[in-house]
Amino acid sequence: MEYTTIRNERTQLLNYLWEFQDKNGYISTSDIRKLSKELGISWIEIEGVISFYHFFKRKPTGKYTIYLNNSMVSEIKGFHKIKEAFEKETGAFFGGTDPTGTFSLFETSCVGLSDQEPAALINFMPVVNLTPKKVKEIISHLKSGGKIDDIQDEIEDLIRYKNDKGEPVLFREYKLGDSILNLVKKRPDEVIEEVKDSGLSGRGGAFFPTGMKWEFARRSPSMQKYVICNADEGEPGTFKDRVLLNQMPGLVLEGMITGGYAIGATKGIIYLRAEYRFLKKKIESTIKHFYKIGLLGQNILGKNFDFDISLMSGAGAYVCGEETSLIESLEGKRGGPRTKVYFPIEKGYLEHPTIVNNVETFCVAARIMEFRSEIFSSKGTSKTKGTKLLSISGDCKKPGIYEIEWGITIQEMLNLCEAKDTNYIQFSGPSGTVLTKKDFNRTISGEDLICGGSVMIFNSKRDVFDILTNFSNFFIAESCGLCTPCRAGNYLIGKRLEKIRKGEATYEEIEEIKSWGKVLRDTSRCGLGKTSSNFIVEAIDKFPEVFKKVGLKDKEFNLSAALNDYYDTVKNN
Amino acid sequence: MDLRIVNIKIDGKKFEAIEGQSLIEAAKNNGFYIPTLCHFKEIYPPLGTCRVCTVNINGKPDTACTRKVFDGMEVEVNTPEVLDNRKAIVEMLFAEGNHFCPACAKSGDCELQRKGYEMGISSSRFPHLFEERPRDFKDDRIFLEHNRCILCKRCVHEVKTNKGENVFYFQNRGHKMLVGMDYEKAKELTFEQVLDAAKLCPVGAIIAKGKCSVKPFGDRKFDVDKNIKWIQSEELELDIPKDGKKKVVATTSLAGCFGCHMSLLDIDLGLLDVLELIEFNKSPLTDIKKFTKQCDIGIIEGGVANSENFEVLKEFRKNCKIIVALGECSIWGGIPAMRNTLPLKDCLEEAYLNSISSENNENIIPYHEDIPNLLDKVYAVSDIIKIDYYIPGCPPNADHIWKAVKNILFGVGEKVAYEEFKYD
Repeated sequence: MEYTTIRNERTQLLNYLWEFQDKNGYISTSDIRKLSKELGISWIEIEGVISFYHFFKRKPTGKYTIYLNNSMVSEIKGFHKIKEAFEKETGAFFGGTDPTGTFSLFETSCVGLSDQEPAALINFMPVVNLTPKKVKEIISHLKSGGKIDDIQDEIEDLIRYKNDKGEPVLFREYKLGDSILNLVKKRPDEVIEEVKDSGLSGRGGAFFPTGMKWEFARRSPSMQKYVICNADEGEPGTFKDRVLLNQMPGLVLEGMITGGYAIGATKGIIYLRAEYRFLKKKIESTIKHFYKIGLLGQNILGKNFDFDISLMSGAGAYVCGEETSLIESLEGKRGGPRTKVYFPIEKGYLEHPTIVNNVETFCVAARIMEFRSEIFSSKGTSKTKGTKLLSISGDCKKPGIYEIEWGITIQEMLNLCEAKDTNYIQFSGPSGTVLTKKDFNRTISGEDLICGGSVMIFNSKRDVFDILTNFSNFFIAESCGLCTPCRAGNYLIGKRLEKIRKGEATYEEIEEIKSWGKVLRDTSRCGLGKTSSNFIVEAIDKFPEVFKKVGLKDKEFNLSAALNDYYDTVKNN
Repeated sequence: MDLRIVNIKIDGKKFEAIEGQSLIEAAKNNGFYIPTLCHFKEIYPPLGTCRVCTVNINGKPDTACTRKVFDGMEVEVNTPEVLDNRKAIVEMLFAEGNHFCPACAKSGDCELQRKGYEMGISSSRFPHLFEERPRDFKDDRIFLEHNRCILCKRCVHEVKTNKGENVFYFQNRGHKMLVGMDYEKAKELTFEQVLDAAKLCPVGAIIAKGKCSVKPFGDRKFDVDKNIKWIQSEELELDIPKDGKKKVVATTSLAGCFGCHMSLLDIDLGLLDVLELIEFNKSPLTDIKKFTKQCDIGIIEGGVANSENFEVLKEFRKNCKIIVALGECSIWGGIPAMRNTLPLKDCLEEAYLNSISSENNENIIPYHEDIPNLLDKVYAVSDIIKIDYYIPGCPPNADHIWKAVKNILFGVGEKVAYEEFKYD
């Protein structure tokens, strides 16, 4: 969509800001003045929106901005060496620009390429499997005036397993439009019945029954409803939606059309995380193609059904994966979670009834239309139906995407991806759960271990403390700051971890974190805060030997360390 | 429109409420108190930022300001678990910001401070962060003190120009978030509106320049409290020796102002009774410099700012069965800890080298083997040793000290009145 000429839509603020960011590498004070005047809002409000998203910059950046992923998987695959190499080759330091104004270096949270780490985005184009040598080649290529397209990596979709014992739901042949042909033969309420019968639940990680959500939205008498595709997969370690959007963007659109048809909406929006902007072209051309062949637009397939889809790009904020934050962001605001007075199905985007579903959910919904619900509901366990995409990364021979049937065990999963000497699995992302050897016989299902998609595997050589510190830093960086427990609590936990690491914390102080975690869980405003302390609370119980090693019996105050500053000051007196 | 009445239950009591109302307002209308900091009136959408009104709704924790009443709603407000969650959040706010109440114009009128009293907070379970935050003097009429801001969002929501444009707006995110001010839009406010903004701020973060808002002691909003009668002092289990011997007490003032000791003397005539029951050992009151025997109780005023404080404190722990931290400085650093947000080097250079009163080439940062060495920060006594009991205040009220000490030494269960517990 183009908005270059008139900028008078408050809801389009993010798009306007992207325009400036892309054109000049930053958003200048005069840009803000201009926007403030045109939109009739104060400049502090615009500054507030800009400073919420970490891909928007207020200071000039170099010709090339390089965002290096600092997730834990990146760390074990050589993040520190790559960081060093980038600094050495570019002459810039992370957080800044080199003297010639060519390169700006920044760290960023997981970019959704965990199967090919270390990875970075150069002007939002991905480069993967980085080695110091490769970094050197890339930078010298760019320095000598080479094009960015030449060094950009063709991203491989490593689909390792397609439910080989049975049959896949998602990774089977995709025939464009098949689901829509079946869809329009049914009445909307029949579509919802079918989705309900299938037992499909939200694949983003919340597992809310999809059919029920759609039914609630359908019941609303509102004339204007929205369908939003949540393509903001920010949970470190997950990349399944990236693969789906790259492999079958059409299936995603068909799922959205299905949702629109079912609830009676005429507009759909894809909220694409900024890290996946390299997929934007592909998705937009698929949308265009859909319009061309009459699967989008007015009177779809000759039926009295209109549906449009547009795409909007986020700007770097994990919390926007939370549906109400996502809606705020779509409205051009800071992406903070709403107070849940109303659910989006009652008052969502622009106060209209809205369904927000994950990319994978829409894909499955389209498949259900294509093959009927039994194909889906015959798979899985008695309570958790169908298959699930897992993004597996870390210490295993075959990182990539696995379409598994619910009900397999952790050990079976480890065998599939050929993981050896596994000591620690962070299951369902840092906000998920901590698994150790004792858990390997448990099953992946709603009855036991539910998983939004991220599976990070660490072998016994990895320092558990490094992993926990990385997760803690992630939540500190990504907390939106709106509510006290998440804003202050995560920061306090980070500080306590530092203290433990220095060997200055007592057992009591280590155990205390668990009660802090409870406060975060009970009182935080959204899912981010509620789940952000799970990893540390669980790790303290699951890795007693790690904490036993560092904990103190009694308080020991390091007096000499506390006196250093004074001695340093008077020494130069 | 017809108002529909719904039946709700709060802590077992039945109430009627108007459908569509938030729980916090419904409770208030029925005379039931649920504490909050960000909520100041019914708005849509509710701010829901501070989370202090967390209660249990049909068994699940949620905030009272964001939930509408419904038929059959069952609310738990004062179970130990919910009370502790709420207390934790307020303690978190104290630890997160830099709240030096004695140096704040809003003291006595501050809603955060008031929550501290009302929840009986004597120390924060969270270590104080002492992050440096800006003080924004740029505007002619509004002083923004970010150290005190609790990011409640009231001003962001409510303070607008006549055209409806925002004067305040959140900047950054996470623990770096703060409220930014639009200086141009701020100019469009009338002085009345500026005063309203300062009044709206639950803490002392928005201060109107050129107008003294400090009220005399006794006239301030929270000086007396008619709603809250008693605050239970923390109970301590003790072996009470029944040999009739006098208990031995030691006291000291570390990095403090001796104000807590002064307050101790305010026990007045009661002191004569006290002396029947206890004897003082090492203490500035007796001028005994060294411990001559094992003491039953050691009372510590002041935080730990230098190496001497550290040694004295260690001595106390060794020689006293029970250690009581007396007053804010001892509990978390207090006023001396104002330097904690700055590097020690900057503080020393400002004090001894660069200040207006220092003369060129004739100044030196004190350093001698006979004088104590300064620590990088002022530490809470609990950072160094185990503390058994906290008596908050700046200074703590004499009656509170006496009741607490009696309680500790002789196991006399007593309640502390709001006025006695109040910190300022």
